[in-house]
Amino acid sequence: MPDNDVLREMHHQMVRIRLFEESIQQAYLEGKTPAFDIAAGPVPGEMHLAAGQEPVAAGVCAHLRASDAVTATHRPHHIALAHGMDMKRLAAEIFGKETGLGHGRGGHMHLFDAATNFGCSGIVGEGIPTAVGHALAYKKQGRDNVAVSFFGEGAANQGAFHEALNLAALWKLPVLFVCEDNAWAISVPKEKATAIANNADRAAAYGIPGVLVPDNDPVAVYEVAGEAVARARRGGGPSLIEVKTDRLLGHFEGDPQMYRSPEELARLKDRDALRAFERRLIETAVLTAADAQATWDRARAEVDEAIQFARTSPYPEPAAALLHVFA
Amino acid sequence: MAVETKRLLTTSKAISEAFAQEMERDPSVFLMGEDIGVYGGIFGATTGLLERFGPERVMDTPISETGFIGAAIGAALSGMRPVAELMFVDFFGVCMDQIYNHMAKIHYESGGNLKVPMVLTTAIGGGYSDGAQHSQTLYGMFAHLPGMKIVVPSTPYDAKGLMISAIRDDNPVLYMFHKGIMGLGWMTPNPRATGHVPEEPYTVPIGTADVKRAGRDLTIVTLSLMVHRALDAAEDLAKEGIEAEVLDLRSVIPLDREAIVASVRKTHRLLVVDEDYQSFGLSGEVITTAVQGAFDSLDAPPARLAYPDVPIPYSRPLEQFCLPNREKIVAAAKQLLA
Repeated sequence: MPDNDVLREMHHQMVRIRLFEESIQQAYLEGKTPAFDIAAGPVPGEMHLAAGQEPVAAGVCAHLRASDAVTATHRPHHIALAHGMDMKRLAAEIFGKETGLGHGRGGHMHLFDAATNFGCSGIVGEGIPTAVGHALAYKKQGRDNVAVSFFGEGAANQGAFHEALNLAALWKLPVLFVCEDNAWAISVPKEKATAIANNADRAAAYGIPGVLVPDNDPVAVYEVAGEAVARARRGGGPSLIEVKTDRLLGHFEGDPQMYRSPEELARLKDRDALRAFERRLIETAVLTAADAQATWDRARAEVDEAIQFARTSPYPEPAAALLHVFA
Repeated sequence: MAVETKRLLTTSKAISEAFAQEMERDPSVFLMGEDIGVYGGIFGATTGLLERFGPERVMDTPISETGFIGAAIGAALSGMRPVAELMFVDFFGVCMDQIYNHMAKIHYESGGNLKVPMVLTTAIGGGYSDGAQHSQTLYGMFAHLPGMKIVVPSTPYDAKGLMISAIRDDNPVLYMFHKGIMGLGWMTPNPRATGHVPEEPYTVPIGTADVKRAGRDLTIVTLSLMVHRALDAAEDLAKEGIEAEVLDLRSVIPLDREAIVASVRKTHRLLVVDEDYQSFGLSGEVITTAVQGAFDSLDAPPARLAYPDVPIPYSRPLEQFCLPNREKIVAAAKQLLA
């Protein structure tokens, strides 16, 4: 069981992630009503939010150093923030501003941050091999860093997933593969896409540990990830972790979600892992109700400041689009 | 009688020497790829390196291109300088996403904050009846996609210097060697695949074309094995009093547009010889460059001799019908001057 400071910090991370994404959702919808125009408003393009998946990010990243590489997906904000990415620069990148991580060249699916060794990919499964490469470098350099790759259950059917696991196992690299099983690949449910119930079982194909975390619970994730990260740091090779998590929102903002019933969505909202975790911390006296409120207030202030920074930052010079193709 | 002191090497040995010297110089350089260890690379580019540097720095990989090219990208992001060999360019289809969506774009998407210093080497070209999936050149297709430099040498000297430049470059470099320039014992003998290569390390700048033969009557812009064919053709043309200038591009990205324009301004005629598919590719780009930069100097419409827009056939007469060669270059040059 993690100590109370860790519990409180995971709660804090989950709260600031949730509030950040709620603010991004609001900003995203600006200018997109009454008719939804994906190109309109201060945040154009696609927007994939991770409400419900915070436990995975908080539980895993609690074990990481900024120098540990992390690769994520088209749905990257919760992982980026939990790994320590600067919230202002993240927000500014989402708003397409000069002060953003990539000076507006990447956008919300293509976040790259040297300070936290963070990268992500909008192509399903294709961010996984990069993590193997970070780990390969660590091994060659004699560093005790680890690389962590987050991906969805849909990605576990991609060749890149299997190639990456085979290489990492073959070369005994310090990698943690984290499958966020939110049960839906856009509109296709897992049982219609994947021949087995649990992706963790696929670890057996590569002779590495595979652990299923059946509950969307940051403590359970923390325990399992801690063991895997420690094993990787001491040269014990890669692990696969699968977490059964929830996607409370659509695949992207504007997703009509015809594939899920209102009853199911209501059920998901009722079991919101963040609220459940908070209730438990209060019940077990890790947090008082006032502590919890203070955490929300602190996060609210941080998020408001980041969004304000993004809104008031200048856009890049248009012709700067032609820069940085080559180093 | 003068004593021959110049050391001669095949192109494959020149490339292998570049690898060895850079690995000696820089511990962050390592090689990975299929059959590059004990085998020494199917086209001999890594012969002897496993014995010298060991399996940690000369890594045989599984046939898992998305995996190991992706791993090279990650290693490059974390401070290494990997060289990943993918045996044939035709195989890129199974791992294209890693190349054009990741290797080539991360630097840009990061706003210049991250670098991907890696070399991706591969063999290109046909002419030996290896069929539609083992004979393509495809540099035009990669050149169309922003974010990677593309090096295509023609001689042993250039091959070594360009490889050293590629390894030291902070950008991803796609290094494409034609099987016919490597000097392999199991390919049709090519005397131009052996040449003088200095023993010491040296660089040849990426993005600088080279006049392999000076001439006044027409410019033949070409690259890779077709440089050899063009030089052969130029010898034939010279016997008829036609002096062709042969400009070897050496790299496709960056393209040395100034050299193309300067040569066309001098000779007033342009023939592009290209083993890549004709349409929507390199030959069109070179001609556009000449028309935009030297329109007033042109005495005739630019011409091109490229691979027709068909998959590469197996049977010898079929493939040879499609490939540019010495005789076709001579004929095209004469037509340009007629």
